Amino acid sequence: MTPPTGPDAAPQDNLLKRVFIRVGVLPFFLGIALIVFTILSDKFLTVQNLVNVGRQSVYLILVSLGQMLVLISGGFDLSVGTVIALSSVVSATVMVAMVPVFPDAVWLAIAIGALAGFGAAIVVGGINGIGVAVFEVSPFIMTLGVSSVGAGLALFLTGGIPVSGLPYAFGNVFGFGRLWGIPVPVIVAAVCIALMWVFMSRTRLGAQIYAVGGNIKAAHLSAINTRRTLMIAYILCALIAALTGLLLTARIESGEANLGGTIALESIAACVIAGVSLRGGLGRVENVVLGGFFIILVQNGMNLAQVSSYMQMVLLGTLLILAVIFDQLRFRMIMRGR
Amino acid sequence: MTDTPMIQTRRLTRVYPGVVALEDVDFDVMAGEVHVLFGENGAGKSTLISLLAGANIPSEGEILVDGRRVRFGSVADAQAAGIYTVFQEFSLIPTMTVAQNMFLGREPGYGPFTDHRAMRNAAQALLDSLGFDVPTGAVVAHLSRAQQQMVEIAKAHRGDPKVLILDEPTASLTDREVDHLFKTILRLRQQGVAIIYISHRIHEFERIADRVTVLRDGACIGTTLMADTDEATLVEMMVGRAIRDIYPQIAHMAGRVLLEVENLNAWGVRGASLTARRGEVLGIAGLVGSGKSRLFRALMGIQPVRSGTVRWKSADITGVPTRHIMAAGIHYLTSDRKSEGLDLAKSGWQNLCIDLMMGRDTRGTFIRPRALRDAAADIFATVELRESYRPKPVVQLSGGNQQKVLFAKSLGHEAELYIFDEPTVGVDMGTRAAIYGLIRKICLSGKAVIVISSDLPEVLNLAHRVLVMAEGRISAELTGDQRAEDNVLRHFFDETGETA
Repeated sequence: MTPPTGPDAAPQDNLLKRVFIRVGVLPFFLGIALIVFTILSDKFLTVQNLVNVGRQSVYLILVSLGQMLVLISGGFDLSVGTVIALSSVVSATVMVAMVPVFPDAVWLAIAIGALAGFGAAIVVGGINGIGVAVFEVSPFIMTLGVSSVGAGLALFLTGGIPVSGLPYAFGNVFGFGRLWGIPVPVIVAAVCIALMWVFMSRTRLGAQIYAVGGNIKAAHLSAINTRRTLMIAYILCALIAALTGLLLTARIESGEANLGGTIALESIAACVIAGVSLRGGLGRVENVVLGGFFIILVQNGMNLAQVSSYMQMVLLGTLLILAVIFDQLRFRMIMRGR
Repeated sequence: MTDTPMIQTRRLTRVYPGVVALEDVDFDVMAGEVHVLFGENGAGKSTLISLLAGANIPSEGEILVDGRRVRFGSVADAQAAGIYTVFQEFSLIPTMTVAQNMFLGREPGYGPFTDHRAMRNAAQALLDSLGFDVPTGAVVAHLSRAQQQMVEIAKAHRGDPKVLILDEPTASLTDREVDHLFKTILRLRQQGVAIIYISHRIHEFERIADRVTVLRDGACIGTTLMADTDEATLVEMMVGRAIRDIYPQIAHMAGRVLLEVENLNAWGVRGASLTARRGEVLGIAGLVGSGKSRLFRALMGIQPVRSGTVRWKSADITGVPTRHIMAAGIHYLTSDRKSEGLDLAKSGWQNLCIDLMMGRDTRGTFIRPRALRDAAADIFATVELRESYRPKPVVQLSGGNQQKVLFAKSLGHEAELYIFDEPTVGVDMGTRAAIYGLIRKICLSGKAVIVISSDLPEVLNLAHRVLVMAEGRISAELTGDQRAEDNVLRHFFDETGETA
């Protein structure tokens, strides 16, 4: 639903402002990061490093796509990290248990394990959705609570010990495999990005998520089933997080309850920097992909410039706050029309 | 009375990038005068008062208070100079009590401690002197809009106003409350306060205005003594052309009954029964709080129904979710376009497209952008929304154009019964005429229309049949020659004399 830009839409005074209102703060942040890190390290601006960043950013981009759905619907999801951990632990446990049951069909065991992981995600997303949509609990409290519940369950299920003994095929294909020379996780992410773009800009359901986030009362009076729409947003977000959890599990070849620790913060930062409004209703898939890439790029640049991991946390938090401030300014500009 | 105006502007101008909102306006108000500002939405009234109130800074020109040139950096500066403004958007804190709101920032007491009793007494004294009946201990959120308005006015009185600016103060008041407000205004005038009064309602300010200034397109068209002019002249000055009769003739061709409501009870609605037919405009009149809006919100499933039945084409639809009622063919256009009508940050296109895909064309999973665009363009042409306004975020449009977008949204659903709740609230004359034309068209196409309105002439002129509501009940049904203003007013107060 891209609106046509009329010939006499209010005359904008300069290009930078226009870019800022349309896309948000991301192009500016990206430009600054590229310049700063290129100066700090000569290894930064190389094809090999950027390809590396691209490959590493797959996981954050995926989670950010789910986070974007929930943000656009007018909420947010702090439990994405927990879903990653829970799906990792559940799918690994089930896979390990299924291998002796189907000794001749490893892929069947893997599939059952993956389904169990997705099932756990549907439960978590569904609980979030019911809390927010039916009981109208604030998304912040709901997903914060659920994230504690999920993390506790993941630790309880494993006793804090990684689940090992996964079938080799799982890690070989989804962790390290390549198809036509392209890493499988990258292909998975590319497919998800394409599907998400189609979903958000070409389907009715996508348009309804935008409408609910923009003004939920107005959406209700436009005959939208607002509860169902919110439920779907939270469940899809959890499913994508679970997919990420599975890819990470394949990568480290074990199920771990401490996966995804900082990803809630990182995914919200990626979205907000990419112009997804915290008030809901605004945000674009292609920008969120760049937003996720940007966060990993900054982390990579800081690693190359030998910034300590503690200071990296400081910088990431600062970046998020700055992005929210710029989001506020941008929203005011939209509402004032200048 | 001295010859120096209490407040005066000279060549006052405010320019925004690409728009001149106010141009070379000379305007003055004497002490002890009620000066009305009149003009369509977007004529520059709001800009002018925001400059006088200190909420905005002039690009050029000057403001003089009592003959001295002033520059206001903030609303507080203006208040220090004795200029108090009651804006349309209230500045009250909903979770605090009336007294707390009235004395916000200047609570009586000792050091950091507030003397609540002294504050309540002072608030009570002030409200009494203004003749407002509002409990000082009540939480503002629990008050009606009219009562909130009174608190807002009382709050301005806590200082010692030399100039009082009232921006559409009667928009949400009942007739009784309006009478009260006017008495207050006249008393303040006697006390020598200069009053600037903004309103759309001509027949209203005829009662209180000394002078009228008409603005159009940011320029001052003229200032006249109220005694020297009349309604027609003022409207002509405002729109730049004569409007003979803005109410269209709608042929009455009542057909089949579509909607039957029987003995409906809900929050604020007691035992309401009515029918709506094809080819007929049914008008609902009543005071604010009479239940005229709640009746239909309950019927639409927006608030719960306690008992009674709602039948649509003979099928029972009582208590069904709103979206199913809409799918059956009833559309409700809200009276509150900002909070539950529009997605303000989105364009007119985006606002309308969501209704098109929920209403007219619900087939398939995928959107067909081109088909949507064409359908949307047709509807925007029907409601006469200019092409250049369609891609703008609706928040940037004037009230009249926002209302056109809201009407467009309702046309996105192919309903057989349209319920319009306050269809012309805060809308200029031009848009009014366009909206009445639309209502006529919808009715003539054989659909049923219900118009709920606090604007009595509107209901009486549009509707073939008028229901009057009072205290949650339908107190009268008026047809033909019974539809006269005094007849309706009599039924505004329930004969039973009960008070809620």
